[in-house]
Amino acid sequence: MTWSNMNTQSQEASQFKARLWWSLFFIVLVFAGLIFRLVYLQVWQYQHYVTESDDNRQQLQAIAPTRGLIYDTNGALIAGNRASHSLTLVPEQLVGGRRGIDKVLAELAQVVTIDQDDIKRFKRRLNQPRRPYSPVALRFQLNEIEIAQITVNQHRLAGVRIVPELVRYYPLDKGFVHALGYVGRINDRELEKLDRTNYSATHHVGKLGVERFYETELHGTVGHQTVETNARGRVLEVLDRLEPVPGKDITLFLDAQLQQTAAKLLEGKRGAIVAIDPRTGGVLAMASAPSYGANQFVTGISNANYQALRKSDDLPLFNRALRGRYPPASTVKPVIALAGIDSGIISRKYSIWDPGYYQLTEGGRFYRDWKEGGHGRVDMHKSIVESVDTFYYAISHLMGNSPMTKYLAQFGLGQVTIADQPEATKAVLPTKAWKRIHRNASWFKGDSLNLGIGQGFLSATPTQLATMAMVLANKGQWHQIRMIKAINGQAVTRVSDIGRTDPKQPENVELRRVSDWNKIHDALIDVMHGTHGTGRRSGADSSYKMAGKTGTAQVLGIKQDTTYDAEKIAERFRDHGLYIGWAPAQDPVIVVAVVVENLGGGSSSAAPLARELFDTHILGVQAEASVDVTDGAENDG
Amino acid sequence: MADFQRWAPEARKHLKRGPGLWTKLKLDPWLLILLLAIMSFGLVVLYSGAGSSEAAVQKQLVRYGLALLAMVLVTQINLRHVQRWIPLLYLAGLLLLVAVLLFGVGAKGAQRWLQIPGLPRFQPAEIMKLVVPLTVSWYLASRPRPPKLMPVIVAIVLVSVPVLLIAKQPDLGTSVLIGASGMFVIFFAGLLWRYLIAVMFLGAAGLPLLWMGMRGYQKQRVLTFLDPESDPLGAGWNIIQSKIAIGSGGLNGKGWLQGTQSHLDFLPETKTDFIVAVLAEEFGLIGVCLLLTLYFLVLLRGLIIAGYATHPFDRMLAASLTLTFFVYVVVNIGMVSGLLPVVGVPLPLVSYGGTSAVTLMVSLGLLMSIHARRPQPT
Repeated sequence: MTWSNMNTQSQEASQFKARLWWSLFFIVLVFAGLIFRLVYLQVWQYQHYVTESDDNRQQLQAIAPTRGLIYDTNGALIAGNRASHSLTLVPEQLVGGRRGIDKVLAELAQVVTIDQDDIKRFKRRLNQPRRPYSPVALRFQLNEIEIAQITVNQHRLAGVRIVPELVRYYPLDKGFVHALGYVGRINDRELEKLDRTNYSATHHVGKLGVERFYETELHGTVGHQTVETNARGRVLEVLDRLEPVPGKDITLFLDAQLQQTAAKLLEGKRGAIVAIDPRTGGVLAMASAPSYGANQFVTGISNANYQALRKSDDLPLFNRALRGRYPPASTVKPVIALAGIDSGIISRKYSIWDPGYYQLTEGGRFYRDWKEGGHGRVDMHKSIVESVDTFYYAISHLMGNSPMTKYLAQFGLGQVTIADQPEATKAVLPTKAWKRIHRNASWFKGDSLNLGIGQGFLSATPTQLATMAMVLANKGQWHQIRMIKAINGQAVTRVSDIGRTDPKQPENVELRRVSDWNKIHDALIDVMHGTHGTGRRSGADSSYKMAGKTGTAQVLGIKQDTTYDAEKIAERFRDHGLYIGWAPAQDPVIVVAVVVENLGGGSSSAAPLARELFDTHILGVQAEASVDVTDGAENDG
Repeated sequence: MADFQRWAPEARKHLKRGPGLWTKLKLDPWLLILLLAIMSFGLVVLYSGAGSSEAAVQKQLVRYGLALLAMVLVTQINLRHVQRWIPLLYLAGLLLLVAVLLFGVGAKGAQRWLQIPGLPRFQPAEIMKLVVPLTVSWYLASRPRPPKLMPVIVAIVLVSVPVLLIAKQPDLGTSVLIGASGMFVIFFAGLLWRYLIAVMFLGAAGLPLLWMGMRGYQKQRVLTFLDPESDPLGAGWNIIQSKIAIGSGGLNGKGWLQGTQSHLDFLPETKTDFIVAVLAEEFGLIGVCLLLTLYFLVLLRGLIIAGYATHPFDRMLAASLTLTFFVYVVVNIGMVSGLLPVVGVPLPLVSYGGTSAVTLMVSLGLLMSIHARRPQPT
């Protein structure tokens, strides 16, 4: 039977057959449409979809370089890296997907501490463009208990992951923060300034100190890898990889043992110690007290802890070594004396009769010496050894402003000479022009008298005082003051060696008569070892000779207007003790500057600390817990 | 001998072949070979789509065996002898659908399964895929053709009630297939073209009503179909990824088990609804065209069987089942390639799963049964 046969059978059959033909026609038409669609996708758009498919499975991932390590001068690690764990969520994998986020957050909050800040930042990150199945960070720096808590609850926390990364760690933490600075999480403001590509995998940046200054060197160069991932973001295969270049390791002049001694000596006090190697200009120790832990800033300090630090009257966050502006007091006397004789304004034999006061004019104001009744006949040597104020009133009156400020500047006051501590301040060296600008007044004779004893408008940081001591010890020889000793094993004599700008530095001090250096040195040695020396107690019983100068600044605390606690104010009106010096006297290997706030004169509060440092450095003797400063009987100008 | 043969060609045929095995089993060898070819190809793709899982292939093989058995059993039934039970079957099916709405179980907000103690879990909607075309064919076969207005309305009601019940579960894919199967019967009953066009217009006019009746996720699917890029990580993800899979397969494909979209989990539902994307990715345009050719031959064979049938019931049913099979193919491939909205329709005889395989094979068994009982040449 054929179709034509059927056609004749009935009208209905032929109509049915017609419909079958229509159906066939329709089927062919639709199949042609499907094939056309497939040709369009698979041939016409082939390149487009191959690219899409590759983009799907291949990802370019940035790999953070390992931050360079920081070593002390003996190769001890003082800034390293350790693993830290952050808590991340993969929204697509959460129970209930993206809509379940709030529920999951609530659940997580029962396991680990998550505050509103964390959630706010998490939501912001969540709304940024991202690939599906890529993790979004919720909290950083989980501690071991938190990691354990999350792991235990992992079965009901789908899509919650703990991701490890390397972060900065300061093994000696608290005593080093004012020397090293610290790194912290990159904030929005910093992000704008940083190279986005190079920092694409980096979460931390140097915020202060050495960490900030050498950020470029320490950071390194980002690496990249192309990985094949599945749709859940799991890496299945690394297709190709450009290794990151790790940051350079930096060796500092800092001596960890000396630094720890310095920090220990300042424990319970407010003040600063700076020690420099006069042969190189390298900073051996830089301590400021009170201090604070650097590691908590890496891990993200809690707001309460931060506010406590910020609001403390003792200003722990304040770097006194670099930014504390103290009247240098009698510590400038050697330089003032040098200015007098080298400028020819006074003769080397110049002497005065000291009745215990000085008057500019008959019947005028009394400028008092620290010793009632005076020192009798005083020449330059005695003026330094016994720190006689009246002698300096007299010679500074003869000199006036300019020779004094000129010489003080040659010793580094009024300028920043430390090369790699960005926070350093230049304090105040009051020239006539300075006073005109800042005080809108001309220079008075009385100003000169104050300047001559290191008071008045003059101020200096402990770092500047140590620098001044170095130039004195070196008989005028300057070195760049710096933290860095070597980078990746290569010595750095000045920061321009690694492409940085050297700070402006005074010329070496050339005296017209070189033997004048010896006169000053002899006097400074007698300060420590002479029978009348103001620092003789600290110089006593030592196997080596040292040179130094004490100072007592009659100035209020750095900040005295925050509280009205009467006892506290009284305490904060007490003198600051200062000391500069070096050892051994003839062949110095260390100079120090010590400033101790509100604990009385320098000979009792500051000089003993210096002695401990000298012993530690030269003899290798460990400092005792604290130096007794209650004995303040002996005083000086 | 030669003369005898010339004068009695039919006799020679009988002498040579006798009542062969195929005839005894009432099977259609053409159809059977095509089905086996599709299934075999399907298993190869399934192995890849299931992530190189031999267990999945074995499980599917068992299902195919059961489905083939069901087909052979169905071909033994003479439909004409059981016709009178059809309305009863229809009523029972409706009852089951109502039961699903009341007591059904399921997941993702859809109630599709019925759990009757002592029986395996099943989807009554699946049974209706056969019952509806059977019922409408039975009803229109007993009326004069071309059908008048009243029978057409009755037929439409017969189709609409189960379709609406299933859409309410909700199972849009199945209700589309069942609706289509019923309408095809009416079409092949000889509905006048002008009515047909009128029905099409009415359908178009009814679209907004359908939209209002749809559930949120169904509306979302349609919106996503219209603009998948509007939510590339959410609702649009499936269709975007399947287009990438198909497109990146190119002419020759990436090779068996080499599809990155399928094996790296970018593609969803690689075993079931989106399996053709796996095929397109790994075997390319050539692979899809091969499968389409096999499907086309099945459809052609179905139409030929319908053409051979003489009884109105037989031919309406045969043609309707064939075109329903066609709708399966088109809706699935159209959906996966982004031509149609995503509705859950499996790729016939390829997608992983037993229920639809059994239903399809039974419907093809019905075709074979019809063909085996066609009027023999006298």
